[in-house]
Amino acid sequence: MDFTILILALPLLSFLILGLAGMKMPHKWAGAIGTLSLTLVTILSYCAAALYFGAGRNAEGIFAPITPYNHTWLPLGGTLSIDMGILIDPISVMMLIVISTVSLMVHIYSLGYMKGERGFQRYYAFLSLFTFSMLGLVVATNIFQMYVFWELVGVSSYLLIGFYYTKPAAIAASKKAFIVTRFADLFFLIGILLYGYYTETFSFTPGETLLMSAGAVLPIALALMFVGGAGKSAMFPLHIWLPDAMEGPTPVSALIHAATMVVAGVYLVARMFPLFIDYAPEVLHIVAYVGAFTSLYAAIVACVQTDIKRVLAFSTISQIAFMMVALGVCTSSNPHYGGLGYMASMFHLFTHAMFKGLLFLGAGAIIHAVHSNEKSQMGGLRKYMPVTHLTFLVACLAIAGIPPFSGFFSKDEILAACYDYSPMMGVFMSIVAAMTAFYMFRLYYLIFWGKSHYEEQLSLYSAGKSTHKPHKPHEAPLCMTAPLVILATITTVAGFIPFGNFISSNGEAYHIHINPAVATVSILLALAGIALATVMYIRGNSKLTTAINKALGIFIEAAYNRFYMDELWLFVTKKIIFNCISRPIAWFDRHVIDATMDMMATITQKCGNIVRPMQSGNVQSYSVWFLSGALLLALMLIFFT
Amino acid sequence: MEMSTNLLIFSGLALLMAAAAIAAVTTSRIMRAVTYLLFVLFGTAGLYFMLHYTFLGAVQIIVYAGGIVVLFIFAALLIGKGIIDVTHTSKLRYLAGVLASMSGLAIALYLIVNTTFITDKFTTDGVPMTVVGSALMGTAKHNYVLTFEVLSILLLACMVGAIMIARKK
Amino acid sequence: MTIPAQFYLILAAVLFFIGVFGFFTRRNLISLLISTELMLNAVDINFAVFNAYSHPEHLEGFFFTMFGIGIAAAETAVAIAIIINVFRNAKSIHIKNLLDLKH
Repeated sequence: MDFTILILALPLLSFLILGLAGMKMPHKWAGAIGTLSLTLVTILSYCAAALYFGAGRNAEGIFAPITPYNHTWLPLGGTLSIDMGILIDPISVMMLIVISTVSLMVHIYSLGYMKGERGFQRYYAFLSLFTFSMLGLVVATNIFQMYVFWELVGVSSYLLIGFYYTKPAAIAASKKAFIVTRFADLFFLIGILLYGYYTETFSFTPGETLLMSAGAVLPIALALMFVGGAGKSAMFPLHIWLPDAMEGPTPVSALIHAATMVVAGVYLVARMFPLFIDYAPEVLHIVAYVGAFTSLYAAIVACVQTDIKRVLAFSTISQIAFMMVALGVCTSSNPHYGGLGYMASMFHLFTHAMFKGLLFLGAGAIIHAVHSNEKSQMGGLRKYMPVTHLTFLVACLAIAGIPPFSGFFSKDEILAACYDYSPMMGVFMSIVAAMTAFYMFRLYYLIFWGKSHYEEQLSLYSAGKSTHKPHKPHEAPLCMTAPLVILATITTVAGFIPFGNFISSNGEAYHIHINPAVATVSILLALAGIALATVMYIRGNSKLTTAINKALGIFIEAAYNRFYMDELWLFVTKKIIFNCISRPIAWFDRHVIDATMDMMATITQKCGNIVRPMQSGNVQSYSVWFLSGALLLALMLIFFT
Repeated sequence: MEMSTNLLIFSGLALLMAAAAIAAVTTSRIMRAVTYLLFVLFGTAGLYFMLHYTFLGAVQIIVYAGGIVVLFIFAALLIGKGIIDVTHTSKLRYLAGVLASMSGLAIALYLIVNTTFITDKFTTDGVPMTVVGSALMGTAKHNYVLTFEVLSILLLACMVGAIMIARKK
Repeated sequence: MTIPAQFYLILAAVLFFIGVFGFFTRRNLISLLISTELMLNAVDINFAVFNAYSHPEHLEGFFFTMFGIGIAAAETAVAIAIIINVFRNAKSIHIKNLLDLKH
């Protein structure tokens, strides 16, 4: 498995080449270099997966983790050291496949989507950097390496969100994303330091005795790490950055804010899962409740948004929350009894990455065609964009949980795990799943069905009521539709992957079996959601829609404004934190600390000004001083000896 | 009687030298300053004669009065316009100079008056020329041929250096 | 009876400090040089006097004075060469104007 180092080295190399020499080369070359290196990475990732799973299980019936590289980077004394290396185990291999696949699709797709954009080379350099960081994160051999790459991911996300750096909204969004996640990462770092201090290692799997010595601190450390994960994975109330991050180019949203970076938090919890389950099950259940609330909140907000990317963003938040819930409802590491959620979560991570990547790329194609994010500019697009329409429909069916699409299988496992934990949780998550179906199909109908905005404008133009000839929507070029088709294919068939054979909570093989009761309920609920959406939105806004809107007026207004969470954050930060903490500190800094320093400087300067004339360069004054000193010494010798 | 004659001569010389020295550092004309310096140098030669160091007195007159003062005069004439030292300096600096030199003088005088010197070996024999010559050229203890040679090289170097510095480019 | 050595010493001290005073207050390079000569001269007198009164058998002060005179001659020659050169470059030997070497 020594070649796995190339999986990290290639994107880094591509980043360095494009970053240093990118501006000197034509767009085509830059795109080719980025895409080529990613193609190689993808091939290597699949090779790694085939070799790793092909090698079979060891005597204990699990896939043993392999560490091809582990280099002690910073020895900190004792057993504590910061290492850099590569860890190959089932979930990291799964993540390698997810990241490389989606990233490759995004690379190919961007060749068309970003064509002719200013800073095309920079875009590909950042994509390579992001891919490198994300791959480094998932293959980390220890929590500190994970943190290093975690921050790199944060930086590259910041760079990509702010790609259109001339747009104030993009700048604000990138700063917001960076600051919010960085704020959460602070807790992550504290958690890591506590963990490292008490267990005397940064390893994911410290020995029993070390863990025992950590004792009561371990749950706190794990909870703090979860806060970091919640920041990256946009859990309530740290979700506020993700919708704004849609200001970045759409393929970036597909890569970062749907498929890879936002699941880093889920991956972190999954990575620490053995510790959570054995030493901090109550923290794990907190994770479940946070996830459940987030999923509901995001689903409600998603139902009323008008910007299609925002709908997808909130849908992402909701789906990631599903994964968190699945991890949180685990009660043991036995997949047959209480540990199902782990596998379900990873499965959903995998399928979600594919269909959410597909949705975002589809949305990108639509935005590319109509030059707007607003649903009011769309409608009736199915005639003009058949490929996008079909693939988008596949993704919507998958996320709604309709068999045989992949989302059904993974979501079903999650719901089954929830029912195992408590019926309340199961019912709650089923309702959220139904809402998922509703808002996704609302989106679908608003985009592809109903009155065509283009045709309306065209008729206005023909009737001479508008001077602006509308732009005819057109299907995207091949390099954009090909990734859509590939991802749609994966989405269709991925549900039949025997996922439990590869990944389960304790490594033993687990055969996925559909629980008929749960499956029936979830399919029925999904169909109900789709039916409601159909009735309400297939012909634009129906009477029923208007009636519902009227009945829920204030509620919808609040949901549209995301229940004023952003305003609340602004109030807390600007009004409370700035006024009560930052300003006094700033005052103290300026008037006490700086003033002390200034005083010292002023005194020194004054002394200097006094002494300066003595250093006049005038030999005569020197000689006066010299003689005076000599006389003084002479006097001292005469009178004091 | 001899004592009083000597004292008389010494007093005369001392007064002349002090007056000439003061004049040399206060006059505003350089040529006059050089001339006053010449008086001081002659007075010094007189002192050497009083000590019966006739050779030293002769050297003083030849080198100082004959060599150095001539150099000064040449310099003053060459520079021409710069020969007038119009202003002394600021009042403060002037006072500082007066104060420093007066207090230095006070300390020196205090030391001279309050110190007992062993000065009982004075003779009126003087130093014969042969003794001076053999001491200057001899290599034994208390002889100075090495110093003499070093000084001659120094003078040569100064001569070359002075020419190098002062000649036109 | 001879003149006490202190008389000579006092005279030398007076000459020396007149030289010091001149060195402090004069503003012209040649005047400064004259002051320096005064000081050197005073020191020479001291050497000769101490030699004559304390160690007449060895002639150390005698020769020190003689070499002092020689060195004074050398020093004056070089100093005047420098002064002439300075004057040629700066058109002045007034030390107020000679600040180029300060920086």
